[in-house]
Amino acid sequence: MTLLKSSQAAKAPRSAAGRASSSSSAAAPVRARKTFWGPAFAAPHGVGLAIFTLAPIAFSLAISLYRWPLLGAPTFLGLGNYQRLFSDPIFGQVVWNTVLFVVLYVPLNLVVSLGLAAWLTPRIKGRHIFRVIFFIPSITPIVANVVVWRMLYQPSGFIDGISQAATGIHAPNFLGDEHWAMLAIVAMSVWQGFGYNMLVFSAALDAVPENLAEAAAIDGANAWTVFWRIKLKLISPSIFFATMMTLITSFQVFAQPFILTKGGPGSSTSTIVLYIYNQGFQFHQLGLASAAAWVLFVIILGVTAVQFIGQKRWVHYDA
Amino acid sequence: MLDSAVRTRSVREPAARKDRPWTARVRSAVGYALLCLVALAFLSPLVYMLATSFKPPADIFSIPPTLLGSEFRWQNYQEALNYMPFLRFMGNGVLVSAAGTALSLVVSSLSGYAFSRLRWRGRNLTFMVFLATLMIPQEVLIVPMFVMMQQVKWVNTFQALIVPWAFTAFGAFMLRQFFLGVPQELDDAARVDGAGTVRTFLLVMLPLARPTLAVLAVFSFINYWNSFLWPLVVINDVNNLGTIPLGLQMFFGQQGEQWHLVMAASVVSMVPTLVLLVLLQRHLIKGIVTSGLGGR
Repeated sequence: MTLLKSSQAAKAPRSAAGRASSSSSAAAPVRARKTFWGPAFAAPHGVGLAIFTLAPIAFSLAISLYRWPLLGAPTFLGLGNYQRLFSDPIFGQVVWNTVLFVVLYVPLNLVVSLGLAAWLTPRIKGRHIFRVIFFIPSITPIVANVVVWRMLYQPSGFIDGISQAATGIHAPNFLGDEHWAMLAIVAMSVWQGFGYNMLVFSAALDAVPENLAEAAAIDGANAWTVFWRIKLKLISPSIFFATMMTLITSFQVFAQPFILTKGGPGSSTSTIVLYIYNQGFQFHQLGLASAAAWVLFVIILGVTAVQFIGQKRWVHYDA
Repeated sequence: MLDSAVRTRSVREPAARKDRPWTARVRSAVGYALLCLVALAFLSPLVYMLATSFKPPADIFSIPPTLLGSEFRWQNYQEALNYMPFLRFMGNGVLVSAAGTALSLVVSSLSGYAFSRLRWRGRNLTFMVFLATLMIPQEVLIVPMFVMMQQVKWVNTFQALIVPWAFTAFGAFMLRQFFLGVPQELDDAARVDGAGTVRTFLLVMLPLARPTLAVLAVFSFINYWNSFLWPLVVINDVNNLGTIPLGLQMFFGQQGEQWHLVMAASVVSMVPTLVLLVLLQRHLIKGIVTSGLGGR
């Protein structure tokens, strides 16, 4: 609503405001100028957001209530798509796979990024170079990263090759074995994804005042205790923020299963977004895809809300 | 605060190092060697990619894996580039990313200014709406956006790649943060000199915001460049309109067993972003540190 209002305000006659602002510096014209220019400056972005984010999100809810083929006329179904989703064992598995991915990936990502951030103290020579190195896969195209890992996981690929040379035993067929496929996707994702959090944590640790750690050391705390008891507490807002962002993005995992396994073997690595893509753009059922997207959205909102409620217990903003 | 913390540490460090006993020095040397090993292991997939991209096909699955094949084949790159127009994909990527970034910077700097330096009714509420849109995952918007593109006949066009994602609220958020930190005296001085809102914005505020704009530009560019799901959905004519991720995906689909060529194509796909990373690392790291959001 406000967006609409501000865009209307932006169309207010320009001449009046222009005259007001140029006439003098008296109080009343200044206020007129202020109220006019604000909405005018915000309007292009606001209108864009309204058209390309707010309208589609509402539209998506509408589409999910229809049988909506890629081409041709939609027919109203009510909650039919949702009923179908919740009775479809494949969708159940897809949600489960996504949750499994999130549960494995998020803690691993946080531990690795926090560990490396703590390791790369300002004392480390060439610290900057290490940070750039660990950040590389965060910035190269995810498709390229995944394609490279596809080859690493290949039977007689890099990992299998090393395993055979070192032990004489074949490594598991990571992508073809349903016990391994999800773990393989998680490992690849951690490799490519922890760089962001590492940089965030690294900066947060740098900002911890040195004298706090020194005071604790004088009191007899060793480096380990200082890290766990003091530094971790002081950077808890960063950890909270990183956890939120990582959770939200990990629910949207797509390219890794799409290219590594196509969701297989069976549908053991298919994720919600892969399901959305397949239903929508392979099987041309846009209504069903939209309904699945809304389920994903609600899950993400729910997880975020829980995080926000839970943060009071462990996030310390007072420092 | 961050700067000062780093500075005090580096001032103190030399003195501390001299006093350290040799055991501590050995320990830190071992730790350093370990760190280098970790970094090497981390890089090994990329090293393997580069090595494979120069091997003849027969040497790819050698056991143990080797760094160099029996010959050094530049032709792999030629073959890959002949099979699929990666240079055109790069050109498309530059066009799409640059246009999208420009659009995004224009609207974000305007709105960021409106949300920080200008006072108007409904400002905070509108800003809350902006922030709330950051919560909406792109994936939820894919289907309705596609239907909208069908309606306006934008399926299979560059503008479908450019326009829909240029309005993310992230830029407004970052620029607002920046403008809030600019002293009010600058506005007042400009006003005394007779500049109106528009001129103050263009001639005083925008030049000041250049570092933040640079950070935003890098992120936006990389996001466009690496974007995959949306191009996959909205572009059918990959040969002419494809970007790098789309092209590589199709190449992999068709030539998946030709690993030497696939790896050459992967190297080509990574090079532009790697160059950006090396050239702009400071901007990038600063952007991530100040926003925590970056390219996600």
